[in-house]
Amino acid sequence: MAVQKLPIAKAINESLRTALENDPKVLIMGEDVGKLGGVFRVTDGLQKDFGEERVIDTPLAESGIVGTAIGLALRGYRPVVEIQFDGFVFPAYDQIVTQLAKMHARALGKIKMPVVIRIPYGGGIGAVEHHSESPETLFAHVAGLKVVSPSNSADAYWMMQQAIQSDDPVIFFEPKRRYWDKGEVDKEAIPGPLHKATVAREGTDLTLAAYGPMVKVCLEAAAAAEEEGKSLEVVDLRSMSPIDFDSVQASVEKTRRLVVVHEAPVFLGTGAEIAARITERCFYHLEAPVLRVGGYHAPYPPARLEEEYLPGLDRVLDAVDRSLAY
Amino acid sequence: MTVESTAARKPRRSSTGSGKRASAKKPAPQKSTEPELIQLLTPEGKRVKDAKNAVYDAYVADITAEELRDLYRDMVLTRRFDAEATALQRQGELGLWASLLGQEAAQIGSGRATRDDDYVFPTYREHGVAWCRGVDPTNLLGMFRGVNNGGWDPNSNNFHLYTIVIGSQTLHATGYAMGVAKDGADSAVIAYFGDGASSQGDVAESFTFSAVYNAPVVFFCQNNQWAISEPTEKQTRVPLYQRAQGYGFPGVRVDGNDVLAVLAVTKWALERARTGEGPALIEAFTYRMGAHTTSDDPTKYRNDDERVAWEAKDPILRLRAYLETEGHADEGFFAELEDESEALGKRVREVVRAMPDPDLMAIFENVYADGHALVDEERAQFAAYQASFADAPAAGEVK
Ligand SMILES: Cc1ncc(C[n+]2csc(CCOP(=O)(O)OP(=O)(O)O)c2C)c(N)n1
Repeated sequence: MAVQKLPIAKAINESLRTALENDPKVLIMGEDVGKLGGVFRVTDGLQKDFGEERVIDTPLAESGIVGTAIGLALRGYRPVVEIQFDGFVFPAYDQIVTQLAKMHARALGKIKMPVVIRIPYGGGIGAVEHHSESPETLFAHVAGLKVVSPSNSADAYWMMQQAIQSDDPVIFFEPKRRYWDKGEVDKEAIPGPLHKATVAREGTDLTLAAYGPMVKVCLEAAAAAEEEGKSLEVVDLRSMSPIDFDSVQASVEKTRRLVVVHEAPVFLGTGAEIAARITERCFYHLEAPVLRVGGYHAPYPPARLEEEYLPGLDRVLDAVDRSLAY
Repeated sequence: MTVESTAARKPRRSSTGSGKRASAKKPAPQKSTEPELIQLLTPEGKRVKDAKNAVYDAYVADITAEELRDLYRDMVLTRRFDAEATALQRQGELGLWASLLGQEAAQIGSGRATRDDDYVFPTYREHGVAWCRGVDPTNLLGMFRGVNNGGWDPNSNNFHLYTIVIGSQTLHATGYAMGVAKDGADSAVIAYFGDGASSQGDVAESFTFSAVYNAPVVFFCQNNQWAISEPTEKQTRVPLYQRAQGYGFPGVRVDGNDVLAVLAVTKWALERARTGEGPALIEAFTYRMGAHTTSDDPTKYRNDDERVAWEAKDPILRLRAYLETEGHADEGFFAELEDESEALGKRVREVVRAMPDPDLMAIFENVYADGHALVDEERAQFAAYQASFADAPAAGEVK
């Protein structure tokens, strides 16, 4: 059966399984990824079927995990490492930024760094601090890294395949609060390119651009707006480095309005980059300034405040109204 | 669609590296069932006196019956508090709880060894140490309920905030201790961390710094045998206390379920630190009786036999047996403690249920000490946005 309905976590699990089956050089590494199957069970059952040499429970040391993955990649392996939560990637940040990202350039292109770093990210699950952050911009800003985030099961399955096949390091942000959302996966489909944005919903009055966990919020906002007679287009960016500006531009040329939505702080965020580029590209098409909805310049708040902090339907629709009022 | 390997090299031996060479060379995991350790009270509650313990024994030689009863009381109340918090999580009052069940002796013994002017750097499970420092236990629950990210003033009890990022606090403790030494003070610092945390670079760096600067810091590793699903063998091939030697300071392994031994060993290490002899590492050999946290499912990775074996080493039963055989405590003491325990449980329940949600504007509080224009701007926008709801017509009303 080619088409299956799978939750995002399971789609990633099957994608990893496929990669392990197809390529003996693929390795899974991380804390608790073995017997436990990861704290979100994304690697469930893989160690049982592929053994401890392929699915490796590592010491509790993120710098060590990424640093050794770099070495394994130098030796011809294709490590897929799991960082348990967004806030715990920083012990590895040095290795990622100073080593992983730059290795190919330093070697004048002679070596490749096919390393995937999986990071469950974002809020909305009522966790304690360091478990809800959206640090994607910190990685997108670094040349040499590719940064992606699927928003649905089919993308989760296919983008993981493509990330693993990439000879560049890919930071793969998994929207943890969507792990249990189900969607159709066609394992025989021919997927589009990893870094191409998709139109998740067509519309004519305004474009909402989002990725990962916020795509669902934007689709809900578009559905709500429809009841008020507004037609919103939703673009799922899928990739934050590179960003598919062409697709965003095409949508904005049609709708003439753009609101970018992400959980990460607005200040110097992905939305800022998109606003600047789209303003340059679409200056004469725009009917309103590009607006952004996202997190504040404040630490991610304790769980009881996260619903206020995270962009929800109301905040997205409020920005839509403001844009349409121009 | 098949996925082609783009790996640069062709495999020469076994494609996965799981050939003979790898398996033959793998060192046997270190046996951790009956380790060498400092013990002053056996699991049956018998007092141990031998040459190996003598240097530590001296630190508890003059302990009074009352002090022993107090240690017992601390452990019972801490366990009760912990059980209450676990129950509150199950009832949906807390988002998460990290239980210390089984680790009471390691925490109370070490916590009671500290002096008021010492400074403590905990990780996230040190509820018993917090108790010893006089932190109101209900303050520990705020972050687990999701109303704050800390909940107490570290300076009022010299008890730093819980640190969730593994191992980070060991460096803070070391720096603090370097400051203590610069000040010429005779306080000491103690840093708590787990066996899993011992793998972090920060911990290795804190060992290096503390040794190089002879900082008055005691590293207190609670080896509870597990880092979520990973046994200690996934972190180290030598007993953890032996690591200290490579950095140039002493390491001791103590029975972490023996409150008396933990008290003695920690007093010894703190006194060394105070008198300028530098850092020491204590490995308290203990066991996490429950799940890692309430979100964890230990049945996925460990069996019950292990837990049953450790139940026989329960720190509370052990001290109780000793108190009873020595005639240090009577029925009245235990009955009174039971009442006190009930009262603590009740108070914790009440305080937690009454804990208000934080004010919405708390998002913008304390981001900077000196203020920041961007935060001010976003705070004002947020306030205006919230106010727009208060005045908005109710659903269904016509604007
Ligand atoms: C840097 C970092 N990586 C991962 C985690 C997730 N995590 C939280 S607790 C834990 C296990 C810690 O084990 P150990 O240090 O032995 O302490 P214990 O919880 O057993 O007391 C892990 C992996 C984290 N908090 N910080």
